[in-house]
Amino acid sequence: MTVAEASGGAQIQRTQSRAGDRRARARIVICGLAVLLAVVSVISLGTGATATSPWQVLSMLFNGEEVSLRESIILFDIRLPRLALGMLVGASLAVSGAVMQGLFRNPLADPGLVGISSGAGLGAIGAIVLGGMLPAWVGAWTGTYLVPVAAFLGGWITTLLLYRVSTRNGRTSVAMMLLAGIALGALAGALSGILVYMADDAQLRDLTFWGLGSLAGATWTKVLAALPLIVLAMAAAPFLAKALNALALGEAAASHLGIPVQRMKRIAILTVAGATGSAVAVSGGIGFVGIVVPHLLRLAIGPDHRYLLPAAGLLGAALLIAADMVARTIVAPAELPIGIVTAVLGGPFFLYILLRNRAVLEA
Amino acid sequence: MLTARDITVSLSGVPILKGAGFTARARELTCIVGPNGSGKTTLLRALTGELSYGGEVRLEGRDMRAMKGWELATRRGVLPQATPLAFPFTVLEVLRIGLLAGTDAAEDDLPEQALARVGLAGFEGRFYHALSGGEQQRVQLARVLLQVWHPVEDGKPRWLFLDEPVSSLDIGHQLEVMQIARDYADAGGGVVAVMHELNLTAMFADSVALIHKGRTMCQGAPAEVLKDEVLSEAYDCRVRVNRTPEGVHVPFILPQAAGPMP
Repeated sequence: MTVAEASGGAQIQRTQSRAGDRRARARIVICGLAVLLAVVSVISLGTGATATSPWQVLSMLFNGEEVSLRESIILFDIRLPRLALGMLVGASLAVSGAVMQGLFRNPLADPGLVGISSGAGLGAIGAIVLGGMLPAWVGAWTGTYLVPVAAFLGGWITTLLLYRVSTRNGRTSVAMMLLAGIALGALAGALSGILVYMADDAQLRDLTFWGLGSLAGATWTKVLAALPLIVLAMAAAPFLAKALNALALGEAAASHLGIPVQRMKRIAILTVAGATGSAVAVSGGIGFVGIVVPHLLRLAIGPDHRYLLPAAGLLGAALLIAADMVARTIVAPAELPIGIVTAVLGGPFFLYILLRNRAVLEA
Repeated sequence: MLTARDITVSLSGVPILKGAGFTARARELTCIVGPNGSGKTTLLRALTGELSYGGEVRLEGRDMRAMKGWELATRRGVLPQATPLAFPFTVLEVLRIGLLAGTDAAEDDLPEQALARVGLAGFEGRFYHALSGGEQQRVQLARVLLQVWHPVEDGKPRWLFLDEPVSSLDIGHQLEVMQIARDYADAGGGVVAVMHELNLTAMFADSVALIHKGRTMCQGAPAEVLKDEVLSEAYDCRVRVNRTPEGVHVPFILPQAAGPMP
């Protein structure tokens, strides 16, 4: 063993044994989550009307095992895009939640809370109900993307409004933003309600499904539509991690540490708007992932965003895929909106962690 | 050297500072004192760039407004009055945040050293939010010390800006924290502290700036500023300053020694 190796070994041992240092644990948890995501993914690909064993799935994916056309279509054209979409949406929701909570310094902040999801929802509902009234060229141009594009625009416009309302003299007030977000969310909800009144029966069914969230109808086109913004947002998140840690001390303290607070806030807001808008656009309003996942992880590995953000992405993806598995098998051959599954599982669980960790949360 | 001249600040349209200023030197502990609402904390917040201000602040001859955030972060640390944390960080994790801007991150055991310095050795694994107010304040001081650990860097002094650093501490820890500030100055750094406690100011300060109604009433050595007539006017009550007997002649103030309220 060389001297460098020896000192490196001592260093690692020290880091692990040091009190109050959760970095080693965080790394182990992240590795575990990556394995979990892989396992859940394989199981999910084999689950459904035609059951396939995990080994056969792996063999089809990686060995190019010869299978029937039917099995190949089920795997590559139905389940795989749905899996990819679930991963993207789950990761976006969880990371958006974690970034938003760090930005607002409030563990209950969520894109849903500040009206971004409602704004995106209004866009989507508007497109479903009023889509027929648009000039033909719009429909031709946007094609099947009309609803996703409208949802994304709705989320984006809400975020911009929110930012304009809560920023004065170059400073964004977090309290103002939370309150304005509630107002904007309520307004978007009310407008959505009016649109729902105008809807016919067929549209209502679409709306219900969309409103509760669903990964049904996932196609590679949808995956590709959501991919760019979500990937951009996920790529920006690691650069926010250090700044979000400093921001936990307050905006003034963060700026004293040399963090360009205003610029960082702007990037965080754009990140969240992009990721949430895209996620809501392709899957509707799926609740609780953005709040439950970061919460669970903070209990496990602590609030250091350098580890929290990647861990949230992995756990969010795994959780959404698992929830989707439940959604499409529990009432087979019919399918539940996935938002119902996440709410039924997430709501009580969220209450449970709140009550169990009351001392930590109320401090 | 740090010079603040003609600093004016208005909050919500109300003028708080109307031309305050002072000079602080490296190797010195400069205390800013004054009655409640005189604007001393506002002055510190202007100095740290939290508030926009009129007038001019120069650090080693350079206009502080022209200095970038990251550059300032390597030159001075700021201790706020209280720092509630949004998430359950451990003490060690809070201290590591202090190393974000620092150039001293290479020394691996600095967090432990800093904790021992503020009398909290062994607190690394404790949860910040479970500490008492005084312990939290000392953890924050350790974090700020970590940010500018070496009082002199590249031949230039670094600075500590402390906003009422002893406000929630018992007398033992008050003395400990003032000694840390004193030592930082003695080692070549500069310290500016907003103080309520006039006796500790008299004991430890090299220079005292008295702020009154948004202006600097006077600045000088403790013995020059802490005088009956000056303090009585500034604090609007009768104040009698005494002196410790043997040798040192540190001024001290006992409320009991003041006469009946006018």
